Amino acid sequence: MDLHALTIHDAHELLKNKKISAKELVSSVIDRIETVDPVVDAYITITKEIALAQAEIADKTISSGKMKKLTGIPIAIKDLICTKGVPTTCASKILENFTPPYDATVMEKLNAAGAVMVGKVNMDEFAMGSSTENSGIKITKNPWEQSRVPGGSSGGSAAAVAADMCLGALGSDTGGSIRQPASHCGVVGVKPTYGRVSRFGLVAFASSLDQIGPLTKDVRDAAILLNAISGYDAKDSTSVDTDTPDYHALLSDDVKGLKIGIPKEYHTTKGVSADVLSAVQNAMAVFKNAGAKLVDISLPHAQYAIAAYYLIAPAEASSNLARYDGVKYGLRDSGPGGLIDMYKNTRSIGFGPEVQRRILLGTYALSAGYYDAYYKKASQIRTLIKRDFMRAFDACDLILAPVAPTPAFKIGENIDDPLNMYLTDIFTLSANLAGIPGLSVPCGFSESGLPIGLQLMGTYFDEQRILNAAYFFEQATDFHHKKPRLKIL
Amino acid sequence: MEFEPVIGLEVHAQLKTNTKIFCSCSTKFGADPNTHVCPVCLGMPGVLPVLNKTVVEYAMRMALATDCTIAHQSRFARKNYFYPDLPKGYQISQYELPIAEHGHVNITMEDGTKKRIGITRIHMEEDAGKLIHDPTRPVSRVDFNRTGTPLIEIVSEPDIRSPEEAGAYLRQVRSILRYLGISDGNMEEGSFRCDANVSIRPRGTEPFGTRAELKNLNSFKYVESAIAYEIKRQKMVIGDGGDVVQETRLWDSAGNRSISMRGKEEAHDYRYFPDPDLVPLVIDDEWIESVRKRLPELPEARKARFLDEYALPEYDADILTSAKELADYFEDCAKEVENPKIVSNWVMGTLLGLLNAEGKSIEESPVSPAQLAELLILIETSVISGKIAKTVFDEMVKSGKAAKAIVEEKGLVQVTDESAIEAVVDQVIDANPAEVEKFKAGNAKLMGFFVGQVMRETKGKANPQIVNKLLKKKLG
Repeated sequence: MDLHALTIHDAHELLKNKKISAKELVSSVIDRIETVDPVVDAYITITKEIALAQAEIADKTISSGKMKKLTGIPIAIKDLICTKGVPTTCASKILENFTPPYDATVMEKLNAAGAVMVGKVNMDEFAMGSSTENSGIKITKNPWEQSRVPGGSSGGSAAAVAADMCLGALGSDTGGSIRQPASHCGVVGVKPTYGRVSRFGLVAFASSLDQIGPLTKDVRDAAILLNAISGYDAKDSTSVDTDTPDYHALLSDDVKGLKIGIPKEYHTTKGVSADVLSAVQNAMAVFKNAGAKLVDISLPHAQYAIAAYYLIAPAEASSNLARYDGVKYGLRDSGPGGLIDMYKNTRSIGFGPEVQRRILLGTYALSAGYYDAYYKKASQIRTLIKRDFMRAFDACDLILAPVAPTPAFKIGENIDDPLNMYLTDIFTLSANLAGIPGLSVPCGFSESGLPIGLQLMGTYFDEQRILNAAYFFEQATDFHHKKPRLKIL
Repeated sequence: MEFEPVIGLEVHAQLKTNTKIFCSCSTKFGADPNTHVCPVCLGMPGVLPVLNKTVVEYAMRMALATDCTIAHQSRFARKNYFYPDLPKGYQISQYELPIAEHGHVNITMEDGTKKRIGITRIHMEEDAGKLIHDPTRPVSRVDFNRTGTPLIEIVSEPDIRSPEEAGAYLRQVRSILRYLGISDGNMEEGSFRCDANVSIRPRGTEPFGTRAELKNLNSFKYVESAIAYEIKRQKMVIGDGGDVVQETRLWDSAGNRSISMRGKEEAHDYRYFPDPDLVPLVIDDEWIESVRKRLPELPEARKARFLDEYALPEYDADILTSAKELADYFEDCAKEVENPKIVSNWVMGTLLGLLNAEGKSIEESPVSPAQLAELLILIETSVISGKIAKTVFDEMVKSGKAAKAIVEEKGLVQVTDESAIEAVVDQVIDANPAEVEKFKAGNAKLMGFFVGQVMRETKGKANPQIVNKLLKKKLG
């Protein structure tokens, strides 16, 4: 049995029944990483020793009968989630030597739940990108076809899950950064409601949009992992003090009478591939056949989402990334010159081109004389987009849409055309702007065999409903059973 | 043409909370560099600010004390600029939606003129760290202990018309802060800072002239001299046919002048925007009322009470209520003593004279209010004269002993026995026949001479009223 290929819930049963040990499970995953990652390049740091030590503790916990859902489960962590004593690079040269002296709240929660950290995974630098090509460390390959991107920015997380180099992973989603790579790698990815999961220790890209979420092999695992990381945190003023349901226990595949909103704007969007269109059409039919009702809805301001997002996110980023100045930690250029030279050189060497581009964009959008025309206007659009969703959820229970306009594109295909790259986020940005939850669940394959994801969006704090619908869909289809065939040299 | 100055002040006051505004680090002054720091105030990656509620309460106190309207919803904003003492690359402040607006402070000038100065806004923000420049090498170090210390900024309306009014306004603001117990208000130590915006306009006209912003005003004296200098400078510029330019000027206290620091073109663009890490601050009426109920008596109200309850002259009431500690001292002493005016005279004269000479504050007074009251009671009950009391007071300061003990020890008890005093009076009259003649011829000034002689003979212990009475009787 290939232990690394297990889902979290299957592994949990085997651990509970003492069919396997956490040590065996973790060792299998580490072996898998050591075999496969030289090809996939998902990991920035492999925490083998920590993982084996945690596995040992997990085994003791299991024999003492105090096992929890994640005890002994190997998890990969996106490299912008702070891990005490383990480098957290954000895939940036500027933080390549940075090791936080604190854990993110989600890490404290995972540790308390008995999870095992197997390593830190690659991403677009500071989560800015849709392909993981903007990593300052390495380029991650899509396990389904290694000439293609895994999506981004949580490309390392999605690729690691898809290639069985972990049982589940944490990613972060600012404009689609969990859902889009999940779609491109054929795994499940959930962006929770803004405020559901603490952002403390998540290195900020765009604070009002960022949210940590799980990437897993199936919906049940997503529910388990989401349970473990959710909840109010006094250390994050934007986390919301509301009860977290037991998503896993409440998982149900009944969609009879469920009203599924189909936004007319998304289905007239240009540039959506035939593969994606037909996969999404098929998914609609699957729901309809099970008794769900498809309702036409309208999100009239969705067309402005990209423009609004690419003002708000860079504006916040330009401020969030100001702290990387060479004074306190991370890279410092110690060449000749004074303070201003140190700032300029440190930031010119430390940040990659996309990060610099967004800092410039954001600085411009916030500048005196431009603020009203850009940042403020974008914030107003954001309010209208929120209102669109609220109105839509009066008429439906959840919204169905594509995740990305196309399956995973080729490495290098969009890298010289940032605007085209930005356009690939068209279906995912709105959920971040509105703060609502969304997920991606596998719904088919392209003609050439690349996975395609289906997006389900719910209203605020209604993760349960989209998880249930996704769970139904998974039960009704078998896309999630298919695994990539890696070409290992 | 006659010009009128138009002045507005921006005051930054450090709040005396135990912990910083967005983390739980101590705000204690004087610790070793970088010992009162944590990932949050150091601006490390991924950390988030959490607002200290006490800071909000302190800001609310100042808002209520200055009759401001407290916003039911305010927001924190980021002020973006690069500087090594600013670890996040932005300062968390308030911008579009401050906690309070539209208040005022009443000031009384030395000549008794009263004036109301408007408060535009009060907002909360975090302090920056401190750079320490090595004088021997081209090296600078940074101490982040002060980073995140809570500040309130109090912005006045351009209602101030002279350097003296600016001084009176500042003193009143500081006094209110101290009465509220929310700030030390110490300019020299930097817990109370002031920038001044100064312009001039032809008297009787409405539009404002171009203003200069004055910085580095770290004492009350500098504020007044810098403003006076700036008014003169602007008059000269206009007098010479020039135009005042909008700029920031630094006060050079050694050179007694200001120097241009940066013009309008080089002004920072702070790129303010709402801080997405902090939710809007919601303050309901209930909270406002609970803070209002707990407000202490403020300088103006206390002054009114001093006028009424102790029947003090306005001048005395003004000085005594100028600082809470001084007013407390007065009241602690006055509750033991019959006549409040004698307390006021002693506190304002002898005691403050001594403290000023020694550069001490009222809290550092070597004589406690109860000890002073004991001394003053001895005067009121005619045990000693006022003059002897000065000697006793000096001895109290020197030895720390109680007034009664000193009086007994040194045999300073006043002589009130009329026959004993009469004997000395007779002796003095007999010994000075020439002076008696002159006095009788109409030189009334010589009464002082006779009193002095009697006092000398009795070593100052004779009751002055009895001495006067007897001399008048005998000399007819």
